[in-house]
Amino acid sequence: MGQTIAEKIFSTHLVDEPFGDVSVLKLDRVFCHEITTPIAINDLQKRGKDRVFDPDKIKAVIDHVSPAKDSKTAVQGKILRDWARKHQIRDFFDIGANGVCHALFPEKGYVRPGFTVIMGDSHTCTHGAFGAFAAGVGTTDLEVGILKGVCTFKKPKTIRIELTGNLPDGVYAKDVILYVIGQISVNGATNMVMEFCGSCVDQMSMEERMTLCNMAVEAGATSGICYPDMTTVEYLWPFIRDDFQSKEAALESYSKYISDDDAEYEAVKTFDISNLEPLVTYGYKPDNVKTVTEMAGTSVDQVYIGSCTNGRIEDLRVAAKILEGHVISPTVRAIVSPATPKIFNQAMEEGLMKIFMDAGFCVTNPTCGACLGMSNGILAPGEVAATTTNRNFNGRMGKGGMVHLMSPATAAASAIQGVITNSPMFIG
Amino acid sequence: METQFIGRAFTFGKNIDTDQIYPGRFVELTREKDIARHAMEGADPEFVKQFKAGDIIVASTNFGCGSSREHAAITLKAVGTACIIAESFGRIFYRNAVNLGLPVLVCPGVSQHIDKGDELSVNIETGLIKDLTTGKDLHAQPLTGYPLKILSAGGIKTLIREKRTQRH
Repeated sequence: MGQTIAEKIFSTHLVDEPFGDVSVLKLDRVFCHEITTPIAINDLQKRGKDRVFDPDKIKAVIDHVSPAKDSKTAVQGKILRDWARKHQIRDFFDIGANGVCHALFPEKGYVRPGFTVIMGDSHTCTHGAFGAFAAGVGTTDLEVGILKGVCTFKKPKTIRIELTGNLPDGVYAKDVILYVIGQISVNGATNMVMEFCGSCVDQMSMEERMTLCNMAVEAGATSGICYPDMTTVEYLWPFIRDDFQSKEAALESYSKYISDDDAEYEAVKTFDISNLEPLVTYGYKPDNVKTVTEMAGTSVDQVYIGSCTNGRIEDLRVAAKILEGHVISPTVRAIVSPATPKIFNQAMEEGLMKIFMDAGFCVTNPTCGACLGMSNGILAPGEVAATTTNRNFNGRMGKGGMVHLMSPATAAASAIQGVITNSPMFIG
Repeated sequence: METQFIGRAFTFGKNIDTDQIYPGRFVELTREKDIARHAMEGADPEFVKQFKAGDIIVASTNFGCGSSREHAAITLKAVGTACIIAESFGRIFYRNAVNLGLPVLVCPGVSQHIDKGDELSVNIETGLIKDLTTGKDLHAQPLTGYPLKILSAGGIKTLIREKRTQRH
């Protein structure tokens, strides 16, 4: 019997099987941010176990509320900062160098095919785009990971999502993942790894694959995962060039992390995306999905472009292309938050920031703040947001606010019109 | 840890996400007693006033979907939830609850048979749920194996500590 990519990663990282379907895995990466890690740090200190399993495998960032908005969030940042210093965690990113974790850590080359990754953040599934098993965990599992470098998982079942066809103009990875979640529902992949494959995924950039994998958890999945290929190698090449003689050699090595033809799946779903339209969510669940055409005309108070889903350079380029020469509707306030300093710099060099500012956008530093209703763009009760983020839960971006999830193209077009609208990139 | 509870049911619908159990605007809190004040605030602002230690949460499918924030499990444990019975759970929430020693039972169809305020008797080892108000019996998937072992120890950290003590 063949193995799925997730099963292969489990096989190579297994340290114990205390019960039949329970695997204890060795971790290659433990990522930390200032919201879920401080409780673990405090507890480790209280228990007299203030140690880390390997400071080089732990990467930490202050990203959720940055700069701190009040004393409480300042203290959370301080706990993480002091701990990172004490344990000589070199890859710690503080204000000025910090960015949204799931954009920053891939950009730094920390994730490789075949890796196991945990973080106290549900969107850790993003890193599966590199052919890694990457799972969000709670603070207790994170604490064990920090201390011991292991994490316990049930044997992974996999749902294979085959995406065929070419993306139509004006339709993006975000539309694809919203479509998939709409089809399989918010618990369609619970306790499963969501494996994305097919000609559509093969053609996607790493950024697009990260957008796909980022929202796997919105269907309940433990990790998203894509097969490593030459696109993966090209993205990682600056970080792996000393490890391999050539890109081909890297690809050959990584190819062991591709599912076997006779691997067993919990389910296989095939979707032809050739006729897909831009999509948007309408309710409080990510599977409440309609076409933008159906939702056109819905008034919007705030537009937000950013986050670990869609705050990368390709996202900003698409949005800027639509905004160039336009100003946003006077009824809308619009915010763009490049997900990392590198993306911010690149956007400035390419003139994108000028386009955003000329259009009337507020440009913020990289942070997760608005997406989870903590800072930098909270909604008032009754307000409506058109956003490129990943969660539309009731009150997510502020108590009483409504969140419509969409692609950067749709968000930019909606900012100009003041209502939800298809982007001019989509001909239909 | 006890494996049998009697308590009042507090019922919830489908897809009660972590932002409803514990809104994001309070995740900067780190002390259990502060976290306890906001339990279920996004789903029912009156919850903390009405819920008593020993009461039981009953929900439909996908309870605890969404964020990894352990605050969601911490807050429900801190208010004294005896156990949570749902038709299904979000993975990370389920794990967090077990790790903290908060019993979570999967019982398909449960939300159609139990009303708010019903007195329930629950045995997590057999999965038997007796609705003492209506006289109905329901059968949840019994807790076995690793989750039961963690819960019986009162949480993963206690279990690890006990194991270490046994070794020495």
